[in-house]
Amino acid sequence: MIKIKIDQDKCKGCLLCVNFCPRGLIKKSPKLNKQGLNFVEFDLQGDCSGCLQCAVICPDCCIEVYKSE
Amino acid sequence: MEKIFKRCQSLSDLPMHYCPGCGHGIAHRLVAEAVDELGVREETIGVAPVGCAVVAYDYWNFDCSEAAHGRALAVATAIKRVHPQKLVFTYQGDGDLAAIGTNETIHAANRGENLSVIFINNAVYGMTGGQLAPTTLLGQKTSTSVDGRQKQLHGYPLKISEILAALPGVYYVERVSLESPAGVLKAKRAVKQAFQNQLNNLGFSLVEVLSPCPTYWGLSPQAALQWIKDVMQKEFPVGRIK
Amino acid sequence: MKILLSGNEAIAQGALAAGCDFYAGYPITPQNELIAYMAKHMGAGTKRSPGPSRIFVQAESELAAISMVYGAAAAGARAMTSSSSPGISLMQEGISYLAGARLPAVIVNIMRGGPGLGNIAPSQADYFQATRGGGHGDYHLIVLAPASVQEAYDLTQTAFDLADKYRIPVMILGDGILGQMMEPMQLSVQKIKTAPVKKWALTGCRGRKPNIIKSFFMREGGLEQANLKLQQSYESIKQAQIRFEGLFLSDAEIVVVAYGTMARIAKGAINRLRGAGKKIGLLRPIGLWPFPQKPFQSKARRLKYLVVEMSYGQMLEDVRLAVEGRHPVEFLGRSGGGVPSEEEIIGRLQRML
Repeated sequence: MIKIKIDQDKCKGCLLCVNFCPRGLIKKSPKLNKQGLNFVEFDLQGDCSGCLQCAVICPDCCIEVYKSE
Repeated sequence: MEKIFKRCQSLSDLPMHYCPGCGHGIAHRLVAEAVDELGVREETIGVAPVGCAVVAYDYWNFDCSEAAHGRALAVATAIKRVHPQKLVFTYQGDGDLAAIGTNETIHAANRGENLSVIFINNAVYGMTGGQLAPTTLLGQKTSTSVDGRQKQLHGYPLKISEILAALPGVYYVERVSLESPAGVLKAKRAVKQAFQNQLNNLGFSLVEVLSPCPTYWGLSPQAALQWIKDVMQKEFPVGRIK
Repeated sequence: MKILLSGNEAIAQGALAAGCDFYAGYPITPQNELIAYMAKHMGAGTKRSPGPSRIFVQAESELAAISMVYGAAAAGARAMTSSSSPGISLMQEGISYLAGARLPAVIVNIMRGGPGLGNIAPSQADYFQATRGGGHGDYHLIVLAPASVQEAYDLTQTAFDLADKYRIPVMILGDGILGQMMEPMQLSVQKIKTAPVKKWALTGCRGRKPNIIKSFFMREGGLEQANLKLQQSYESIKQAQIRFEGLFLSDAEIVVVAYGTMARIAKGAINRLRGAGKKIGLLRPIGLWPFPQKPFQSKARRLKYLVVEMSYGQMLEDVRLAVEGRHPVEFLGRSGGGVPSEEEIIGRLQRML
């Protein structure tokens, strides 16, 4: 199982990860973070392949990727 | 649980002040990752520019100096000469490196200083509000080229990397682009190469990074990446120059 | 044993004696003997390999030279540059950054005529620039003004120590005559000094938190706090670092105030008048910033001052500030390469008596 964790307070909602996720597992949240920006959320039910595209393109380094058995 | 992608040690935990979708954050991370992968965080001295990345030292977790606008390579020359065993690099924007600091840039390169340069080209002055840069494209509108850059008035986009590559003192020049995750990975390899060259005493290395400035291009972050691919790369082709 | 050196060479020799291990400069007359002397005695500098510990770089401009000094100082070296008036104008950017980042460095200005390209004749017309800060922002340099080749050598060593002690750029302010004139001088036999350990310097962050060298403080109130600390440092310098020479002050009715080469010439005039029984004294500020104010607080009822400069009156303002209207202050000066002679000074003093 692969999961990503998004630091929602560092996220500026640029949506690059949303656009690059090949499986569409990241979505813009209707909620606002401390910066007053719509952050993004990961679909915990989704089948993430761990391609890392979201983490690699994130300009704010707010995505961590985990692998669990 | 095993982390397969995480914030690296050379990147501090501070949230960055850049606009959404700005390429500086990616480039900062690539520098930090390259330093960590080479295992030289405690042997690294960075020189930050004047411009949007002026407080880059807050986002890195190693020794750093500020430099006056354009003077980063003069400052770095001295630091490296005093500490020849350290990894010394500059991080500079297009205005810093290719307008106000052209003299310092060319002469440090021509002396073959054993330094690494990370050159962020976003075709605009970001910090001051989106003015014409030496690398602004023909036709590109900025706050000081309101009808777009015109060759008769403003000259041509300055290809400083190609100019530097012609100097015998320069060992390595590569242009990379942050237009996609694949581009980012290539950029990281180039940054690491520039650092490795210095550790191998091979001389002056420069990586030009085509980097998005969505705010002053008037584009969404995604459209800015597309613009790099469709427009900017035509004028500034990516790949190894030297 | 005495040796014969020019002022420019003596400053260079003083820097070597003080353990200066980084020099960057750009040629300009009348200080070229200084850069040449450093090139000859510093070694080629390291680039690809660990080599000699002293580094000489001929920079591509004064802007680059002062920024190299900034980088070397940030890296913990004892760093120096030298130039002359138009070149020092270019260096003001870097000098302001040195002051803001609290970096120690020594900057030598062998003054020539201005404004603009001026000429290459001796001058003292950069006094304002040197003592008021020179570049942008709220700062000062320590400014030392030697009047002989020996003093140029000695004060250059002092300059490095003061720079490190207070983390401040220090300027040696001379003129074309001092720079080019040769005199016998004594090399002090003291051991070559080494710079003190600088915990703030950039050396790689092994075993400690990263060091940052900067003059940029964006957080609200941050710059005010930093500037306040600078001012506190300046106050302690004002308390401890006052330098002047007084001659025949106890019974003087007229005190000539002059510094550097001008004081040498004034001394000749004063000695001749003393020989004729005239009560003339000399007050020679050796430190121009901080300016020696106390010696001007004389309670003598009949006392006049004559300020003599190779300019149209710059130190004059500091003298007037120090005298605070208690006594008349007159001025004799020439500019653009003109140097007031002993005869001119004597003539003026005789009219004042």
